[in-house]
Amino acid sequence: MATVAVDPRTDYLLRLGDDALVLGQRVSEWCGHGPVLEVDISLANLALDQIGQANLLLNEAGDGDRLAFHRDVLDFRNCLLVEQPNGDFAQTIARHLLYTTWQHMLLQRLIESSDQFLREFATKAVKEVAYHRDLATEWTIRLGDGTEESARRMAEGLDWNWRFVPELFEVDDGLEAVIDSGIAPDPRGFEDDYRSAIGAVLAEAKLEAPAEQRPILGGRRGHHSEHLGHLLAVMQFLPRTYPDATW
Amino acid sequence: MSSDWPLWEVFVRSKGGLSHRHVGSVHAPDAQLALAHARDTYTRRLEGVSLWVVPSAEIVASDPDQAGELFEPAESKIYRHPTFYDIPDEVKHI
Repeated sequence: MATVAVDPRTDYLLRLGDDALVLGQRVSEWCGHGPVLEVDISLANLALDQIGQANLLLNEAGDGDRLAFHRDVLDFRNCLLVEQPNGDFAQTIARHLLYTTWQHMLLQRLIESSDQFLREFATKAVKEVAYHRDLATEWTIRLGDGTEESARRMAEGLDWNWRFVPELFEVDDGLEAVIDSGIAPDPRGFEDDYRSAIGAVLAEAKLEAPAEQRPILGGRRGHHSEHLGHLLAVMQFLPRTYPDATW
Repeated sequence: MSSDWPLWEVFVRSKGGLSHRHVGSVHAPDAQLALAHARDTYTRRLEGVSLWVVPSAEIVASDPDQAGELFEPAESKIYRHPTFYDIPDEVKHI
């Protein structure tokens, strides 16, 4: 599928839908590999919640299955944070904390959207994501304020993902258009709240916030890290190899 | 790993007005995560509206060797069963 210009609303649906799809696929890679059985089940639930949200968003943007399984990497509009590799459990938790704290603040405001679909979507998804944020918070505190090894791994996981946070608050022309029409909240409006919320979790976890790094941007324009291509290769292999397969 | 974590017994209230029922157990490092594990393991399919977790080590169990003296005497006392009453159809959950 070639890159095509889409209207700002569809572009926004793709941004949110691709975030959820890619994060869900990433977290699902833990299935059968969780550090303990109970955590394996928790992670699978988190993945399924995100994939369920992607299903709603991408089907509103167009043909959800085609968008998920037959689009090339340059056409994906997810932020770079969600495509980052799982690393160890602490790195996965760091990514989930940083993304779902933002996602929850966004959804809380999306409930007021001028767009009926997004209002209804946000009303449903905000409860799921509140649990994601809470669970990631609990684990961040336990790993950060745990053993020497768990604190080191948690700090390294945060350090890996930290440079992708500024992209969550970037407003480009596409986003500006949906903010102006009242469809989307302006993320800059809750950046301070976000920084203090993350700061409070890190303080309770007895962790230092990582040093500010050069921000890496571009996911919303399709400039992705190499990691996304590998993720899509696994996710899209079957429907692309057997386009008519049904099950 | 989970073998280092204490075991917690999980109780689910399936809907308001009913008792919490024992459904199984989870490993977890503390009470808060035991609730999270119980939620993720046992309420994925709308099974409940409330959860309890209790440290398994805190459960006091009867001694199987005492089963004879504890339970067998009740076998011969059929008059203790409320089987001589008709229960109206409207009364649920009995």
